[in-house]
Amino acid sequence: MGAWRIQGESGEWEAVIGLEVHAQVISASKLFSGASAVFGAEPNTQVSLVDAGFPGMLPVLNEYCVEQAVRTGLGLKAKINLTSVFERKNYFYADLPAGYQISQYKYPLVGEGTVILDMPDGSTRPIGIERLHVEQDAGKSLHDQDPKRTFIDLNRSGVALMEIVSRPDLRTPEEAGIYLRKLRSILRYLGTCDGNMEEGSMRCDVNVSVRKPGEPLRTRAEIKNVNSVRFVMQAIEHEARRQVRAYEEGGKVVQETRLYDSHKGETRPMRAKEFAHDYRYFPDPDLLPLRLSPEYVDVIAATLPELPDEKKDRFMRDYGLSPYDAGVLVVERETADYFERAARGGEGVGRGGRDAKQVANWVISTLFGLLNAKGLPVTRSPVSADHLGKLVDLIADGTISGRIAKDVFEIMGETGRDPADIVAAKGLQQITDTGAIEAAVNQVIAANPDKAAEVRAGKVALLGWFTGQVMKATGGKANPAAVNAILKKKLSG
Amino acid sequence: MALTRDQVRAIALLARVRVPDEGLEPMAKEISGILHWIEQLNEVDTEGVEPMTSVVAMTLPMRPDAVDDGGDPAAVLKGAPEPVDGFYAVPKVVE
Amino acid sequence: MSALTDLGIAEAAAGLAKRDFSAVELARAHIAAVAGARALNAFIVETPDAALAAAAESDKRRQDGRSLGVLDGIPLAIKDLFCTEGVQTTAGSRILKGFVPAYESTVTRNLKRAGAAMIGKTNLDEFAMGSSNITSAFGPVKNPWGPPLGRAGNKELVPGGSSGGSAAAIAAGLALGATGTDTGGSIRQPASFCGIVGLKPTYGRCSRFGIVAFASSLDQAGPMTRNVKDAALMLGAMAGHDPRDSTSAPIPCPDFARAAIAPVKGLRVGIPKEYRIEGMSSEIDALWRKGEQWLREQGAEVVEVSLPHTRYALPTYYIVAPAEASSNLARYDGVRFGLRVPGETLDDMYMNTRAAGFGPEVRRRILIGTYVLSAGYYDAYYLKAQKVRALIARDFRDAFATVDAILAPTAPSPAFAIGEKTEDPIAMYLNDVFTVPASLAGLPAMSVPAGLSAGGLPLGLQIIGRAFDEETVLRAGAAIERAAGFDTRPSRLVPAKAGKGDR
Repeated sequence: MGAWRIQGESGEWEAVIGLEVHAQVISASKLFSGASAVFGAEPNTQVSLVDAGFPGMLPVLNEYCVEQAVRTGLGLKAKINLTSVFERKNYFYADLPAGYQISQYKYPLVGEGTVILDMPDGSTRPIGIERLHVEQDAGKSLHDQDPKRTFIDLNRSGVALMEIVSRPDLRTPEEAGIYLRKLRSILRYLGTCDGNMEEGSMRCDVNVSVRKPGEPLRTRAEIKNVNSVRFVMQAIEHEARRQVRAYEEGGKVVQETRLYDSHKGETRPMRAKEFAHDYRYFPDPDLLPLRLSPEYVDVIAATLPELPDEKKDRFMRDYGLSPYDAGVLVVERETADYFERAARGGEGVGRGGRDAKQVANWVISTLFGLLNAKGLPVTRSPVSADHLGKLVDLIADGTISGRIAKDVFEIMGETGRDPADIVAAKGLQQITDTGAIEAAVNQVIAANPDKAAEVRAGKVALLGWFTGQVMKATGGKANPAAVNAILKKKLSG
Repeated sequence: MALTRDQVRAIALLARVRVPDEGLEPMAKEISGILHWIEQLNEVDTEGVEPMTSVVAMTLPMRPDAVDDGGDPAAVLKGAPEPVDGFYAVPKVVE
Repeated sequence: MSALTDLGIAEAAAGLAKRDFSAVELARAHIAAVAGARALNAFIVETPDAALAAAAESDKRRQDGRSLGVLDGIPLAIKDLFCTEGVQTTAGSRILKGFVPAYESTVTRNLKRAGAAMIGKTNLDEFAMGSSNITSAFGPVKNPWGPPLGRAGNKELVPGGSSGGSAAAIAAGLALGATGTDTGGSIRQPASFCGIVGLKPTYGRCSRFGIVAFASSLDQAGPMTRNVKDAALMLGAMAGHDPRDSTSAPIPCPDFARAAIAPVKGLRVGIPKEYRIEGMSSEIDALWRKGEQWLREQGAEVVEVSLPHTRYALPTYYIVAPAEASSNLARYDGVRFGLRVPGETLDDMYMNTRAAGFGPEVRRRILIGTYVLSAGYYDAYYLKAQKVRALIARDFRDAFATVDAILAPTAPSPAFAIGEKTEDPIAMYLNDVFTVPASLAGLPAMSVPAGLSAGGLPLGLQIIGRAFDEETVLRAGAAIERAAGFDTRPSRLVPAKAGKGDR
C-alpha cells in the first residue's frame, strides 16, 4: 500500500493515527465484584452494591481478569509489569456510580508491545503498542427512552476492560482497519475478548492529526467510541480531510473530543462539555499495588496458544502457502484449524500429505463462498474438514475431475454427506475406460462429419469443441485428458 | 498559595458542589489559609523518598472469577430517587 | 451491686453467666437510660425493639447452654457510620437521611454474631469529619461532663469527635460498649474528652466493609468502652480478616483480653520529645509525666525517643484525608440513593444535591481534596504529602527499634465548649495533633482516662504500639488504668435510677 496523501493547495498532507481500543475481558464476573459480566441481560439485573457504588462497599480484584490481561500482554509481545497500580479516575457522570472509575494510570499492567500488520501485498508492518491497562467499564446511559430523562442501566458497570493503546504509527484508514482486525484476531486466539464491536465488547477511540510529511506532530483530535472497523476507517478519512481543510483555510485544529456521525459522514465536536476534565488520578486507597511473580507470568506464557503470526509463518513454511493465503487462513483460529485438518487429515481420516495449496484454494475460494452465502461460521460448516480433504483426494487420485468436484461440493454443502458416497451414489466417477471414451468419441465424430473434416484440414481450434461434446455426452465424467488424446488420434489425418 | 474566586468556582464545579457567588470569596480565604498552613510541608526534604500510598505491607489479594452477587435489581433500585421501569433516571443528558 | 448501666462488659457478662440478671433486663436498663438522656443527642436512631429481641434470644441461648461468649447479650451502641441492615445509616449527613441499607458492615455483623444487642446508632461529625461532633446534620452531641442537664448558664461542652455520640453514650451509661471509627483521632480524642477508653487498632485489623468511607487509607474501626479489658474483649469480636476488604490483614487475632492483664515489667516505653509542643498546657504536661512515673513504678523502662517529622503530621493529614474524601464522597450524587435536589440538567441536579446534602465542613474538605489532586497541584500537595507520610511512618519504625510502646497525651486540651474553635478551622484541626501521626503510620493506639483537668474534666493518655501489636498497647494501657484509678463518672446524669429499678 502506498502512502496515503491528502492533496491540499499547499501540498501533500499525511495522517498520523493512534488507536485506543477498549476490549472487554472474557470473564464470568466483573473486575471488582461478583456480579455477572454477561452481555444483554435485563436492566440492572447484573449489578452488585459494589457496582452501584453504595456506601461502605469495597472492590475485590478478580484474579481471572488479571490472568486474561497478562495473557493478552504476552500475545502482544509486550512487557508484563510485575508491579502495577490501580488508580481512581475521578469524574461525574450518571452512569459512573462511584464518581470515579478504577483504572490504571502511571503503572499499567502491560508495557510496550507490537502488532504486526499483514498488508495486502504480502508485506508486513509493525505497529507499536504503548501500553495495556485494566479498568472498569461504566454503566449505560439511555437518552432516547424518554423526552425529559436519561435512564441508567448499570449492568455493564464494573465489567473488566483492557485499554490497549497503540503508538501513533498508523498512517492510513486502511492500516487502521488492518490493525483493528489483527488485534481482534489476536484477542480471539487468546480467548481474552470476543471482539464483538456490535455488542460493544470492543470499542475504539481514534486519535487523528495531520501534518506535512516530515513535520513534527500537530494537534490531534480524539474521535470517541467508534463501533465498527468500517466506521473507524471512514471517521479517519473524514477527520483527516477536515483537518487539512482547516489548515488550508488558515484555521486551527483544536485538541478536542469528537463524535463520528456515520449517517452524515462527518465528525463533529461532542456537545461542548460544561466543564473541562481534570480526572485527578490517584492510587485507589481501597486497593494495594498488584504484584505478580515472574513464575506466574511464565506459567501463562507456557500455555499461550500459537498466535496468528506464528501460524502464518508455519503455514508458509510447512504447507508452502503464499503469504496472502496463509494470512487469510489464520485470521480466525477456527478457519486455520479447519484448513489444517483438511490438509493433513484428522486422526484416522484421510491419508495426509494432501496438496495443501489445493486445500487452501478450496477453503478460500469455495468454502468461504458457501459459508458467506449461508451466513455460517466455519465451526458450523456443513462441509466438514475431513470431507473437504476427501474431496481433494478424489480429485488427486483421478476418481473425479475438478469440474465434477464443484458439483459434488455443492451437494456436500446442501447435505453434509461424504463426497465418496455422493460420487458413488450418483455414479460420478470419472470414466477412464478408454473403450467407453472411444465409443463416445466415435459417436460424436460420426454425428459431425463436416466439423471433423475441418479439423483434419487443419482447423485445430475446433478440437476443443469436440472435447466439450464428448464431455457432454459422458455427463462430464470422462477423463478430459483421455478424451483429448483419443480425439487427437482420431482426427489427426 | 492564595486561591482566587475563579479557582474556587472551578474547583466547586469539578467537585459538583454549588458555592453561591457571595460564598466564593470567604471560601477562597478559608481554603487559602488552610493551604498556607499546609505548605509548611515544603520545609521537609523528601528527595528520594517513595510516596506512601498504603500502610499495608502486602500485595493485593484477589478473588476467584465466580458469579455470586447481583441478580437483584430491586435491591439496587430500592431507595433510588426516581426509578423508572428498572432504570435509574436522571435529568436528560445531551451528548 | 451497682446499677446495670454502671457495669463494664466483663462484669455484665459475669452477672449474666451467674443469672444475677437477664440480658433482657440489661437491655431494658440501657433502653431506659438512652431514653432518659435524649438531651445529650448521643443517638441518631434508637433501636429498643431490636435490642430487646436480641437480648431475648441471648437469654434463650444462655438457658439452653449455648451462650456465644462474653458479648452475648451485651447492649452496644453503634456509630452511625457503620451500615446496619434495615436500620437507617446516615454518617451524620443530610445527604443520607432516610438511607436504610440492605446490608450489614462486617464489624457490626461480627458483633451481632457474638450475641451483642445493638441499642442504637450514635451521632457523629458528618462523614466523621470533625473533632467536636458539631458538624453533624443531626445536631451536636453534648458531653455528659458538661453542666447538669436542665441547668442553664454554663456552656455545654463538646464530646470530641468524630465518634462523639459513642463516647458520650459510654460515659453516660447508655451502653456498655460502642463502636467508633478513627481516621485521625476520632476514637481517641472523644474518649479522652469523655473519660473513657478508646482503641484505634492497627490499620487492617478490622474490616472496613460496610463502613461509610471517609479516608480509606486511614479509616479504622475500634472499640470505645469503660475500661481497657472491655476494649480488649470488644476488639476480639470486631477484628479479623475479611476477604471483602482488600486492605484487611490476613493475620489471626490473639487473645487480646489475656494480653491486657500482663504486667509491664521490662517493657520499654518511649516518650517522643517532639510531642512536647510549644504552648502545651501545663496540666497536660504534668499528666504525661505522671504517666511516665506510673509505668516506671510498675517496672517499665521509660526512655526518650525521637519522631522528627511529628509537626508535619497534621498538614500531611489535611492533604491525604480530604483528597481521599473528595473521591469517596463523589458517590453521593442523588442518582441511586439518598437525597436528591432536582435540577434542570444532570449537573444542576448534582450541584443542588451536594450543596444541600453536605454541611460546610464536608464541603470545605471536598474542595480542598479536589484542589490538591487537580492538575498542576498534585505533585506539590498530594505527592508531597505521601512522601512526608512515608517519613512519618519511618520515624515510628526507627523508634520501635528501641522501644515497645510510646506514651503521649491524647489531646492538647480537655473538652471545650460547643461553639468554640468554630471560626478557625486550623484551631479545630489542632485537636488531633497527637493522634494523627499514629493514624498516618497505621499503628494501633489507645486513649486511657488518666486524670481530671483543673476544671474537673477528663484527660486521656495515649499508648501507641507497633503494627499488629495491640497486645502491648493494651498491656501498657491497663498499667496506666491501674495506676490512675480513674473511676470518676460525669455528674450531670443520675444513672442509678435506670438500673435495678427496672428489673
